[in-house]
Amino acid sequence: MVFPKGKLIAIMGLSGCGKTTLLRHIGGALKPTMGCVKVAGQVIHELDQDGLYAMRRKMGMLFQFGALFTDMSVYDNVAFQMREHTDLPEEIIHDLVLMKLHAVGLRGTHNLMPSELSGGMARRVALARTVALDPMLIMYDEPFAGLDPISLTVVGDLIRRLNDALGATSIVVTHDIQESLKIVDYVYFMANGVIEAEGTPDEIRASGKDFVHQFVHGEMDGPVPFHYPGGDYRQDLNLGG
Amino acid sequence: MPAVKAIKGIGHRTVNAVWRIGVATRFFMLTLTHSGSGFRRFHLIIKELFSTGVMSLIIIIVAGLFVGMVLGLQGYETLKRYGSESALGSMVALSLVRELGPVVAALLFASRAGSAMTAEIGLMKATEQISAMEMMAVNPIARIVAPRFWAGVISMPLLAALFSAVGVFGGYLVGVVQIGVDEGSFWSQMQSAVDFREDILNGVIKSFVFGIVVTVIALFEGYDAPPTAEGVSGATTRTVVTSSLAILMLDFILTAIMFRGN
Repeated sequence: MVFPKGKLIAIMGLSGCGKTTLLRHIGGALKPTMGCVKVAGQVIHELDQDGLYAMRRKMGMLFQFGALFTDMSVYDNVAFQMREHTDLPEEIIHDLVLMKLHAVGLRGTHNLMPSELSGGMARRVALARTVALDPMLIMYDEPFAGLDPISLTVVGDLIRRLNDALGATSIVVTHDIQESLKIVDYVYFMANGVIEAEGTPDEIRASGKDFVHQFVHGEMDGPVPFHYPGGDYRQDLNLGG
Repeated sequence: MPAVKAIKGIGHRTVNAVWRIGVATRFFMLTLTHSGSGFRRFHLIIKELFSTGVMSLIIIIVAGLFVGMVLGLQGYETLKRYGSESALGSMVALSLVRELGPVVAALLFASRAGSAMTAEIGLMKATEQISAMEMMAVNPIARIVAPRFWAGVISMPLLAALFSAVGVFGGYLVGVVQIGVDEGSFWSQMQSAVDFREDILNGVIKSFVFGIVVTVIALFEGYDAPPTAEGVSGATTRTVVTSSLAILMLDFILTAIMFRGN
């Protein structure tokens, strides 16, 4: 897989096919048994702890349910990386935090705690935290999971706009095919740990491949079976034969 | 063969237990290694001192008072048989400073603060907060574990000392105020019987060791907990059970070393 600079790319596939594992390899949380992941020319699994942490400062990751720090306010969550990794004075951090929150439409929530936010708002605050240090690579792990249609559109639109504004590269792992096809530049379909199909959104919509067709149209029958493999049904019910 | 199966089971559990002790020791060493950056974030240690130490004050004070009062009552009844009621003060103080203060305070600390630490870190893991921190290039051992560890180590001796002091007051209330033991004898016998180095300092050392053990167990169980509701609840239970057993076992070892032949 190749993720060119400035592009927004979706990785799709069935649950358990290895999408999140792929993100964890890119982030250096896992080491590959075969092959390698290169980010900005550096092989991730060959980096030492300091090198990996230096690389991660150039990355941002949005977790499935935001993973906001529950003991910190919205403001402190967004300011977290600025305080940890920079020597910026508190006045500058204040302005930067409010600008990031303004970009996701939640400047007014800076005094709230994560428990006071709705699911969609928490995802947007997490998005503001993810881009706090203007990363060159942003990874999104199921950013649309559990969102209502309005929040889903808002988050999708923000992902596209932030990617373009920062000139970053974004990788979106998602099941939400309709929303992601609206915003991404390129799509990879994964199945059983390999790339099953790839292409632009238009190519994917027009694809004649059975797997892609079943996935895009959400059909029960196709290459992906409805039933988990099991023994003979009649024998399981003790009907003989 | 049931016998072979049983032996395999015992072997598997033994290997697993040794493996966990090894991982916990490595975790402890990592915590010490990253304590420097933990101290640079001293405000976090202060914050944790509040949640582990200050928030444990009520249970320590109330328990210390009642334990001291029971010691006053039981001690008086026993000493009366030998006509030594005036030694009540020294009996109460020595029991508390040498044994009950460090041990009961550590057991209460494990139940109240230790379980809270495990649950908090376990839930942080389950909600991907620890993974998020790692992805932000912030070491969770330095940011989350080390401040809690030092807060626990600092809190424990202070809580044990407070437990003993309140216990002595409880013994005084029952022995002197209620039963009528001579106040001068109560305090003077206590003053002459309790040695600073032999009794008080050894008690402080005990509580310091208990503080390290309880906090490391609580933090390790939280950090190692499976990221599920069942996993966090199991880890919390293990913290209380393992800490309690470790406290009682270590208390015997430390007592044998400190007070042998005295």
